[in-house]
Amino acid sequence: MAYSEQEILTGLAEIVSEETGLPTDSVSPEKSFTDDLDIDSLSMMTIVTLAEEKFSVRIPDDEVKNLTTVGDAVSYINGAQG
Amino acid sequence: MTTARDVVITGLGATTPLGGDVASTWAAALAGESGARTLDNDWAEKYQIPVSFAARLKVTPDQVMPRPEIKRMDPSAQYAVIATREAWADAGAPEVTPERLGAVVSSGIGGIWTTLDAWDTLQEKGARRVLPMTVPMLMPNSPAAYVELELGARAGAHALVSACASGAEAIGYGVEMIRSGRADVVVAGGTEAAIHPMPIAAFAASRTLSLRNDDPQGASRPYDVKRDGFVLGEGAGIVVLESAEHAAARGATVHARIAGVGLSSDGYHMTSPEPEGRGQIAAMNAALTEADVAAKDVVHVNAHATSTVVGDLIEARSVRGVLGADADHVALSATKSMTGHLLGGAGALETIFTVLALRDRKAPPTINVDEPDPELVLDLVRSTPRDLPAGQIAAVNNSFGFGGHNVALVVTSA
Repeated sequence: MAYSEQEILTGLAEIVSEETGLPTDSVSPEKSFTDDLDIDSLSMMTIVTLAEEKFSVRIPDDEVKNLTTVGDAVSYINGAQG
Repeated sequence: MTTARDVVITGLGATTPLGGDVASTWAAALAGESGARTLDNDWAEKYQIPVSFAARLKVTPDQVMPRPEIKRMDPSAQYAVIATREAWADAGAPEVTPERLGAVVSSGIGGIWTTLDAWDTLQEKGARRVLPMTVPMLMPNSPAAYVELELGARAGAHALVSACASGAEAIGYGVEMIRSGRADVVVAGGTEAAIHPMPIAAFAASRTLSLRNDDPQGASRPYDVKRDGFVLGEGAGIVVLESAEHAAARGATVHARIAGVGLSSDGYHMTSPEPEGRGQIAAMNAALTEADVAAKDVVHVNAHATSTVVGDLIEARSVRGVLGADADHVALSATKSMTGHLLGGAGALETIFTVLALRDRKAPPTINVDEPDPELVLDLVRSTPRDLPAGQIAAVNNSFGFGGHNVALVVTSA
């Protein structure tokens, strides 16, 4: 079953909120993981691990550095769905 | 007279099976409450573990700590940080140069929940599902590191490991950091979160746990003739240690002093205490000598006494051996009768009890002693607290651990 972009955004926001304590509505597509959400590399890898499981996708390490914003991650996950 | 090397305690913090903080824990201890309960899970049945009870925390971290913090800390670190926040506030959040502030927090077992959860994840889901925070959460220095980060301490963060003596040894090392001039303030103590079916099964296998499943609250009974082993507990105790000079300069309230630290090892057996108590006696003598406290000035001993058949009596004879006839006027308390055995947290929590006993002039009770062991050669405080004398008084807190580790701390009134 494929997730819609909105469902991915909602699910990702929940993961980010659990990890950082930020409210889910602050996790919007234009936000930068590092500059806006203050997520360090270890937290980013935690989010990636949890997102891979939640959406049944694979996000290679080489790809993670290209995921600057929340929107980048939503698009990548959307495209990676089987 | 105060000297620069004197170390005082200006802050106390704890989360225990008796309460979520020091005040509620102490009130429950003076009231003689037990923190042991039947576990609300199916571990005993599912894994055929012969023990179905333990002394869990009275207030769980999710009631006092934000969820993102909980998710990145093993429970052992959560408990330590919760106790640290209380201790630091109790000390009045001292202003101290970060380079002069240290953290020494020990755990006897380490991040066992994180370790085993990650192993489950690896087996069930594979390596890509193992979370990146796993190592920082499971490492035994994780509680010390989280406390260091919490306070921005830069004089050093340490995690001394000596099984059930770890919490007391951490406090002893903190005292040394101040005496040697490395730090002015050290946050020190111990923590444990090992109420997990694997350690319970393992302790049960070593035949050290009480099997009194039909009476959890009556199971921890140090010095009673029907004692049959310890009750596994969890929690943390943290103290703020400060040089007397530093505390006086800021007008801090002093709860008590740590006047002497005595350390030894048995060199005898992995799990059995040396029968003549030579190591225990050496540790107590060293602590009393360092403290310059005479046997006649010791009015209270908080015993390690875990409620095992052999260990309790060896310790009692060791105390008698050190104090001689002066042991007659010592009020002996075995608080594990109420808290269960916090393993790496025990020595720290019992140091807090010792400090409070001197401050409030009340030795806490030892519950469940229906019939004292006839071989007990000391005056045990039983169902109700015992008043301690006025004036300058001293107490000893003993902690011993698997491996033959012996730690004695001499605490004196403020």
